[in-house]
Amino acid sequence: MSLLDEGAARIAGAVRSGEAKAAEVLEEALARIEAADGELHCFMTVMGESARAKAAEVDEAVAAGRDPGPLAGVPVALKDNMCTRGTRTTCSSRILENWVPPYDGTVVRRLAEAGAVAVGKTNLDEFAMGSSTENSAFGPTRNPWDTGRVPGGSSGGSAAAVAAGFVPLGFGSDTGGSIRQPASLCGVVGVKPTYGLVSRYGLIAFASSLDQIGPFATTVEDAALALEVIAGHDPCDSTSLDRGAPSLLEGLGGGVEGLRVGLIEDFLDDVAPACSSASAAAAGVLEAAGAHCESVSIPEMLLGLPAYYIIAPAEASSNLARYDGVRYGLRVDGPDVETMNARTRGAGFGPEVRRRIMIGTYALSAGYYDAYYGQAQKARTLVIRAFERAYERFDVLIAPTTPSTAFAFGAKTENPIDMYLSDLCTIPSNLAGHPGVSVPFALDDDGLPVGVQVLAPALGEAVMLRVAAAIEHGAPASARGPVRPASAQAAGGSGG
Amino acid sequence: MEGISIEEARHVARLARLELTEEELAKLTAELSALLEHVDRVRRLDTADVPPTAHPLPLENVLRPDEVRPGLDRAEVLAVAPATEDDRFLVPRILGEAP
Repeated sequence: MSLLDEGAARIAGAVRSGEAKAAEVLEEALARIEAADGELHCFMTVMGESARAKAAEVDEAVAAGRDPGPLAGVPVALKDNMCTRGTRTTCSSRILENWVPPYDGTVVRRLAEAGAVAVGKTNLDEFAMGSSTENSAFGPTRNPWDTGRVPGGSSGGSAAAVAAGFVPLGFGSDTGGSIRQPASLCGVVGVKPTYGLVSRYGLIAFASSLDQIGPFATTVEDAALALEVIAGHDPCDSTSLDRGAPSLLEGLGGGVEGLRVGLIEDFLDDVAPACSSASAAAAGVLEAAGAHCESVSIPEMLLGLPAYYIIAPAEASSNLARYDGVRYGLRVDGPDVETMNARTRGAGFGPEVRRRIMIGTYALSAGYYDAYYGQAQKARTLVIRAFERAYERFDVLIAPTTPSTAFAFGAKTENPIDMYLSDLCTIPSNLAGHPGVSVPFALDDDGLPVGVQVLAPALGEAVMLRVAAAIEHGAPASARGPVRPASAQAAGGSGG
Repeated sequence: MEGISIEEARHVARLARLELTEEELAKLTAELSALLEHVDRVRRLDTADVPPTAHPLPLENVLRPDEVRPGLDRAEVLAVAPATEDDRFLVPRILGEAP
């Protein structure tokens, strides 16, 4: 087995000790991408030149006896809504198709300082709006488990890059589930941290009170390692929590003896049987390992989706006002500024982005603000209070990550609301600012990955990941990536 | 509940500075109406005495000392601008300005 398949912790250890060269690990990653990404389209931009320079820098540091960092030589993929100085950052949108940022985001910088080697920028639903990566203006990404199916979204490219074995670590952003949902559909681990734990400086904003950057990995351990590297206060982000990165690796194998686990009932009627049975089975694994599991009903969870589809578009309509053809990105000329703005945005934004800008603008407009946005903010309070009550009784909550496994291209694009329902189980924790993780747990009858979600209160990453590790321990290795890209399975039908 | 009319949608599109064809506008109007129906339960919620939450963190007045620090490299920023003149972003005339 190649070192590239052994995970980030093992790669970093080998490079730090001199056992392996960062340059060689990188060449293997680039070769795999070259061979298979033509079909999968995980990457918008492959950063061959800068990656090679970085890998050489890491190997030189090791040779000189300097500390190369905890992620030394680990090839990583970055969602293309994370600013990388000197490398175009498109948000998979025509309006930023050729935009080159003049600065690195904080997470990008911290990863480089840790010795990680950024190999490329990954495909996403345009401006992070979507659940399938079909909204990318440059073509979708294909799920390596079945290339006729979506990888999920909006961070589909990063999830698929890890699932395909191109890189051991990917990074995405999660506003309503955009890390956890593709993680579940791609059979990899995906973590959304507590809001404010990871800096948003350099993350191109979608919904500022909801967005968080987080890692994809093949193991909970690697995800914990990645989160330790990127988390912690950032003076450039006024919404970042005033604390350092948490220690997550240390207690990871501590087990779940005596922990109180609540299995959320309220989604189970709305999800596919494979998804609901997986979370029930995961509760069984925890119970067998010494936790106390109980069903819990939190009906306010179901308020989450409608509240989110007012709040997130409202915030997006404000955040995307900056794409006006003045300072950066696409410009379509006009006789006056207002016409230039409107033509630029009409030409540069795809259908889903326009939908969300419109609904967001409407919800904030005079006469409608209280009825929609004001009410949604109150619904958000109700969701938060419901979680608080639940966490008086439980240490963590378990739920399905997604209502279905990976669906076929085009299966949910006819009616936008069908796509929005993909976020049913993930949205509430974004509204609350709480962390969540999806752990690959099973395969359905079509051989498609099913993830299970662990939720914890704010700053509960340590217990959340400990529970996730216990679930991972009780899951078959066949349920998780990486996998070699496979075309549509003949057996088991092609139903999505 | 009533959906949104085409004229209301046209007004929203103008607020949002989005140029749309009549066909695009008609389609968006229908989609918006459907979405408004879907979120209507939030509009109808009894929220007496429930305070709004704008932000999940109890952060207030995050400040730093008023010290000058280096900003972005001006040349790098201007290099990716659609149109510049001297050290400024160049735009078409703003309506209502004296010629």
